[in-house]
Amino acid sequence: MPDLSVQSLTLSHFRSHKVLRLKVDARPVAIFGENGAGKTNILEALSLLSPGRGLRRATAEEIMRRPEQLGWKVHANLNSLGQSETIDTWAEPGHTRQVRINEKSATQVTLGRIVRVLWLVPSMDRLWIEGAEGRRRFLDRMTLSFEPGHADATLTYEKAMRERNRLLKDQVRDPHWYRALEQKMAETGAIIQQNRQAAIDALGQAQEQSETLFPAATLSLQHANDLPILTDSAELLAALSDNRPRDLAAGRTLVGPHRVDLNAIYATKNIAAKECSTGEQKALLVSLILANGRALIQSFGAAPLLLLDEVAAHLDDNRRAALYNEICALGGQAWMTGTEKRLFETLDDRAQYIKISDQGGESTMEMLQ
Amino acid sequence: MTQAPRDIEVLIDLMAKLPGLGPRSARRAVLHLVKKRGALLSPMADAMQTVAATARECVECGNIGTADTCAICSDPKRANGEICVVEDVADLWAMERAQVFQGRYHVLGGTLSALDAVGPDELRIPKLMSRIASDGISEVILALNATIDGQTTVHYIADQLENSGVRMTSLAQGVPIGGELDYLDDGTISAALKARKSL
Ligand SMILES: Nc1ncnc2c1ncn2[C@@H]1O[C@H](COP(=O)(O)OP(=O)(O)OP(=O)(O)O)[C@@H](O)[C@H]1O
Ligand SMILES: [Mg+2]
Ligand SMILES: [Zn+2]
Repeated sequence: MPDLSVQSLTLSHFRSHKVLRLKVDARPVAIFGENGAGKTNILEALSLLSPGRGLRRATAEEIMRRPEQLGWKVHANLNSLGQSETIDTWAEPGHTRQVRINEKSATQVTLGRIVRVLWLVPSMDRLWIEGAEGRRRFLDRMTLSFEPGHADATLTYEKAMRERNRLLKDQVRDPHWYRALEQKMAETGAIIQQNRQAAIDALGQAQEQSETLFPAATLSLQHANDLPILTDSAELLAALSDNRPRDLAAGRTLVGPHRVDLNAIYATKNIAAKECSTGEQKALLVSLILANGRALIQSFGAAPLLLLDEVAAHLDDNRRAALYNEICALGGQAWMTGTEKRLFETLDDRAQYIKISDQGGESTMEMLQ
Repeated sequence: MTQAPRDIEVLIDLMAKLPGLGPRSARRAVLHLVKKRGALLSPMADAMQTVAATARECVECGNIGTADTCAICSDPKRANGEICVVEDVADLWAMERAQVFQGRYHVLGGTLSALDAVGPDELRIPKLMSRIASDGISEVILALNATIDGQTTVHYIADQLENSGVRMTSLAQGVPIGGELDYLDDGTISAALKARKSL
């Protein structure tokens, strides 16, 4: 019995969707339709039920349906651990995104306590070979799913760091000002690192405890320039203050959790993720998302919502069937997209199906039995 | 929208610059004033002229008054060794309405923000330091907002006063009087829990 699932979803003026009304049960949802039909847009809307900018990292402005530009809204009814929750999130033109939970206005950070969401999108296919930023973001998304407070710590840390970077760029020398900011950074930076480490430990355990067709990934963290990773706020405070001269020369902060990268090794082969084949790299991501889901059943009490955009791509028939089996075994509500219905064949009646098409620049929807 | 005569449009535009008033509400407010010009508009214009001529910032604390030194700074009874640091004159007035604080104030006029080019000098922090050094201050109460910039400013002032021997305090954060737990955000609840006291 899954304990976290969307029951209904309404999108208004959300990208290609002028109005979209969906009612679904707790089973996985397979969305199919032609290129440009509006499938990923639905997943993006669901990703905004968690804090942040969602799976495209879009601004509120970009999401507004053009040409009208009237603002947008996502309304969802969810079942979360036996409670029913209503979430509204929207943006008006020229304003940032707002949130209401059960009719009360709330911060984005609060969303993380109710909805745990994880996603895989095609742009992440290159995650292991591109820059550290994407991997860090992936890590923080998984960490946030375990520890909703991670969003608060990250926001505060980044704000204080942007302030400090400005001082560095402007060559300000006032030591008290640096210290004030470094204290905030050290306090929150230590929490960020502790949360990340706890997430990695939880993922490691979840991978060990389960037999799966997907390859286990051995994860580790690495600071840029091989500097030590500091999880103690006093040590981080000292490092920030010691590094000030170097940071002044560089014009930005060179130590701290924002410089930490996520390393993965394909465990059974002992090969770094970036040296694995395209399909293997994807399998590692899938494996981590599934492990994350299993770990959340233990810590949160339910599997997360999984948003799997074009997940079938790069997976052979066996792996695809295995993925569906594992998703069903996990018991969570996975939202998957693909261009054709037959990609979901082996799911059969373990899933529900939605067809999306484009009708003259407007997405339309059809629920299939 | 039909235009009002030019002079009145000018007034509407000015009114719309007030906090909390948009173009629509400004239009409504001006229309109201014009209709009640004998009872409201003329006395208001006179009062505005007087305030414009006399209002000034207190050279000591930054409060707004009608003399170089405000009423609080010139009242010897308020020199009790306590100084309360606030972001804005509005905060000072709010504290005064509560009628519980007997000391003096220091209005910063904002919070530190490197990104908005607001540094210590823009915030009258040097003046605060010199007041603390010369006015026989024993306690500094940092009553700044619980925003990140507010807290950075608190750290900044605290860091400067570290070895001064002055006692530094900040306001407790938590459940407002009459507040219902169910309506508070997580941050407030967690701050209130941290600052809990035994009965
Ligand atoms: N702000 C917007 N206003 C109107 N339409 C938009 C907006 N942003 C994106 N679109 C349109 O939404 C359409 C559907 O996008 P979406 O990414 O959901 O397609 P998709 O079904 O996932 O396609 P694919 O199979 O190619 O991934 C695109 O044609 C795009 O032009
Ligand atoms: Mg797509
Ligand atoms: Zn004064």
